[in-house]
Amino acid sequence: MAGVKRRHTLAKAGVVTGLVLGGLFAALPVLWMLSTSFKGNGEVFANPPQLITEGFSFDAYREILGNGEQLRFFLNSYIVAGAVTLLTLLVAVLAGFAFSRFTFPFQRTINAVIVSVQAVPPITLVIPYFGLVVALGLYNTYPGLILTHMVFTLPYAIIMTTAYLNTLPKELDESVKVDGGTGWTALWRILVPVSVPGLIAVGVYTFMISWNEYLFALTLTRTNDMRTVPIGIQMLMGQHSYEWNQMMAMSILGSIPVLVLFLLFQRRFIGGLTAGAVKA
Amino acid sequence: MTSAHVEPVTAPPVAPPAGRPAPGRARVNPARRLIPYAYLSPTIVLMMVLMVVPIVMVVGYSFRDNVIVQENPVLVGFANYTKVLTDPDFLVALKNTAVFISVSTVAHLVLGLGFALMLNTQLLSGVTKAVFRIVYILPWLFTIAVIAVIWRLLLDPAGVVNYVLQTLGLVQEGVNWLGDPSTALWAVTFANVWSGYPFFMISLLAALQGISADLYEAAAVDGAGPLRRFLNVTLPQLRPVIISMAVLDLIWTSQQFALIWMMTGGGPLNTTEMLSTYTYKQAFSEYEFATASAAAVIVLLLTMVLAFFYVRQQQRER
Repeated sequence: MAGVKRRHTLAKAGVVTGLVLGGLFAALPVLWMLSTSFKGNGEVFANPPQLITEGFSFDAYREILGNGEQLRFFLNSYIVAGAVTLLTLLVAVLAGFAFSRFTFPFQRTINAVIVSVQAVPPITLVIPYFGLVVALGLYNTYPGLILTHMVFTLPYAIIMTTAYLNTLPKELDESVKVDGGTGWTALWRILVPVSVPGLIAVGVYTFMISWNEYLFALTLTRTNDMRTVPIGIQMLMGQHSYEWNQMMAMSILGSIPVLVLFLLFQRRFIGGLTAGAVKA
Repeated sequence: MTSAHVEPVTAPPVAPPAGRPAPGRARVNPARRLIPYAYLSPTIVLMMVLMVVPIVMVVGYSFRDNVIVQENPVLVGFANYTKVLTDPDFLVALKNTAVFISVSTVAHLVLGLGFALMLNTQLLSGVTKAVFRIVYILPWLFTIAVIAVIWRLLLDPAGVVNYVLQTLGLVQEGVNWLGDPSTALWAVTFANVWSGYPFFMISLLAALQGISADLYEAAAVDGAGPLRRFLNVTLPQLRPVIISMAVLDLIWTSQQFALIWMMTGGGPLNTTEMLSTYTYKQAFSEYEFATASAAAVIVLLLTMVLAFFYVRQQQRER
């Protein structure tokens, strides 16, 4: 028995060591970013490196938050990602309802098309988008960005919504039809309210994709007042000849919305995500 | 599925009352068969505008001389394709992309599986595991632009990675990881490995938690040790998820643009040029939209091969 117990302790020690090493691998770069954002720019490459410096300050954050141009990047990202999320959810709920509650010709074909959109390279689309968006007069506008972001948010949202609706029993919405209601009322009165946890997961993921999108934001906007956060971070790189502390502060500020959404909804989010990814 | 063939066109107009639990949906009146398409119409319109039309456009661009810049582009057949496929820079980009995606995917799988197994252990309390799970997911929560600047900071010749390596005596002086042609590709691949394993980890963790305990008990009764249980129970059970994730990851990694663009811009000396950065430069730095379109179509065809396997895998699992 003592042998078993010792083996158990050894196994536990091994797992804990592995977990801590893995944790350092995952977290140290993030910690270093955090630490750098509180340094003076002169201390960034101090030798030996220090996690917390004597010159600890919020100057880099003050610099970013006091700068109208930088704040505009955040505003733009909120507007674009917010609109993309609302529109994507609306379209995905309708499509998910069709896939989950009806059988119809070409169902598998349409589904296969939606699944394969995830594989269409953004770099392939960005060239015709450039032509299209200019032709439609949407170059350097919010609608241009919002519309094009949906090509990536929609397929995943539809797959996740369908998977979620499939978990809800059909009797739930069919009872509405027994009472003479239509599918439309069943969807909005019963299924959507019941699906709120699933829809939150879809919404968070959609928001993340749009908030982080880089290539279209780079190509389909021109002026600084239309740029989003990822492009703002890049612009900081050239503009101020490596104000590392400000770049890190901007990176932290730019990551906060996603971090907060994730922490608030992580349980639902991970559940919804894996349902979509694995069982789609 | 084949309701269209089963139902006679002259269906008797005795539409069942809406409430009756119809024994087969095929028997509802023809107009009702359009209902699912009504729900799908926004999706179909968006997919047409955002995918079908652009793909037709880019294919059209690729067969003309310089589009967008030119007023009336003329057809030039496969000239753009010949130009791209004989461009040494394109071939280098193809090779770099192959290295980048294969190394990244294998490393994502190994790290993701390793971390998922550790997080799935029975040996630790739920709270400990929950905390580590959040720590492990961290890299995935940052946008690629942030990941690019973090690693530029860490890999700077005077940066903390070089400091640690020097202290351990592994390198003599600070290595310019991103500026040295012999290390740059490995440096960007490493950053991509760091940023991409959590998605694997989450999916594999969910799959691990779905494996029935009975299987392990049966294996234990047969006298299987931990290694045998892993090889004969865990891995076969995870196989479908691993295959799906690996194909998806190959697709996503081959599309990686922002990380490369912000870390090295494809340099030094094209050593980190990818298909995506090559195509982007052709279009938006050189304004060669036609050759860029040809390159974009080639990239599309390559990913379609991968996508085909992904869709088939997904449908087989159903």
